Amino acid sequence: MKKIEAIIRQERLDAVKKALEENSYFGMTVSEVSGRGRQKGISLQWRAGEYRVDLLPKLKIELVVLDEDVPVAIDAIVRNARTGDIGDGKIVVLPVESVVRVRTGDRNENAI
Amino acid sequence: MSISSGDTAWILISSALVLLMTPGLALFYGGMARRKNVLSTIMMSFAVMCLVGIVWVVWGYSLSFGDDIGGFIGGFNFFGLGNVGMEPSGTYASSIPHLAFMIFQCMFAIITVALITGAVVERIKFSALMLFSALWVTFVYAPVCHWVWGDGGWLSGLGALDFAGGTVVHINAGVSALALVMLLGRRRGFPGESMEPNNIPMVALGAGLLWFGWFGFNAGSSLAADGLAASAFVATNISAAAAGFTWMIISWLHRRPSLLGTVTGAVAGLVAITPAAGFVTPLAGIPIGIVVSVIGYYSIVVLKNKLGFDDSLDVFAVHGMGGIWGALATGIFASSAVSGASGLIEGNASQVLTQLIGVVAVAAFAFVVTWILGKLVDAAVGLRVGQAEEGLGLDISQHGERAYGGLLR
Repeated sequence: MKKIEAIIRQERLDAVKKALEENSYFGMTVSEVSGRGRQKGISLQWRAGEYRVDLLPKLKIELVVLDEDVPVAIDAIVRNARTGDIGDGKIVVLPVESVVRVRTGDRNENAI
Repeated sequence: MSISSGDTAWILISSALVLLMTPGLALFYGGMARRKNVLSTIMMSFAVMCLVGIVWVVWGYSLSFGDDIGGFIGGFNFFGLGNVGMEPSGTYASSIPHLAFMIFQCMFAIITVALITGAVVERIKFSALMLFSALWVTFVYAPVCHWVWGDGGWLSGLGALDFAGGTVVHINAGVSALALVMLLGRRRGFPGESMEPNNIPMVALGAGLLWFGWFGFNAGSSLAADGLAASAFVATNISAAAAGFTWMIISWLHRRPSLLGTVTGAVAGLVAITPAAGFVTPLAGIPIGIVVSVIGYYSIVVLKNKLGFDDSLDVFAVHGMGGIWGALATGIFASSAVSGASGLIEGNASQVLTQLIGVVAVAAFAFVVTWILGKLVDAAVGLRVGQAEEGLGLDISQHGERAYGGLLR
């Protein structure tokens, strides 16, 4: 089992979610995050002049999948999150020790 | 002397309009603060409303409008509202109850003190602000108010024109704010760290309430429900519109049409027309409004971005510089057809000089006395919060509350 953490542009969420659904990945957690990569930040206006905002709002999608499903899921996210411009985000994949479904107590593969 | 029901109704409504400007100012300032200081910024205005609301009726009104002492200050004959009743005053606003005139003036004192707070948000100790506010109303606002509006005040004797408070309210507050900024120092992290406003829609709502309340401020200063009130009302709206539009264009030329810039411009336009509203024809609001936004914008650039003064919410740039321009503009544009006073355009160049004397006298007095009061308060309770409290934010460190709490929605 692997956990996929994808940082994406906010406006790409619906497309990414739909693509994951089409591949039968329904379960996910989405949160609002701030961060920076090569895009570094943007400047906004004060009454006169500007100030720099170096952490930009992004969304983080977290989902846990079977090992063999990782390439499909990553492909769905990348295809739909990509715009080609700086700031498209990042995906990391982490090993998962165990998963428990709270309602039933099911473990691991049965709980995904 | 008989009471006019129309005049009385208008002045009571105007008093309520001017009162509403202070919570409006609280939102205007509060939205510009960082998230950890929004509640404390709003609290400053609200607490001033309570504090000055008492100080004014006990001794503030008397020191401002009591029997003249040497042209400098009023006496104690109206102390604790003594001799201030339902009949008109023998001296001021003869068609409305003396109490109505007194409470209308009270609202001006409240918002003037509240205006200063914008310069010192995010680092002043709340107890110091309360002590300072009580002292400032007594030793700065009351004398200046007496000079300009009190019977026998030396500036009104000189012929200085201030219809609704360009000098008494705006120059007074703006210059005092600058003095307090110099005493208090910059916020930690200024300049350099990004200090992002937490809620610009809140700023716009506050500006809208200020604009609304300003009709009471300026048109109410006619002290009657008459043609002059209507003229001042229209001039006020024109100047706010011209100034808001101008600031929008300036920000657009630099980058994009900014909401924060547009609402700031509108407030600057209201400031500038304040002393002029009842002396100039309404259309003079257009040049007065256009110029104030240019002055305000570049005052911020110089004062904050170049000189590095942390006048946090630009009180000196908007109210001090805007008030100075308004006072001089009154001397330029005053039209004898409106209230009998002529300005430079009608050939009376000396009016500009008289206005300048008023500006310099009030600015100098406000700066020096504010400096002294600030030093006294610093010695008594300390002006500034500690480093850890400032880092944590004033909402929690000064008030034990936060604006946006709770993980559950």
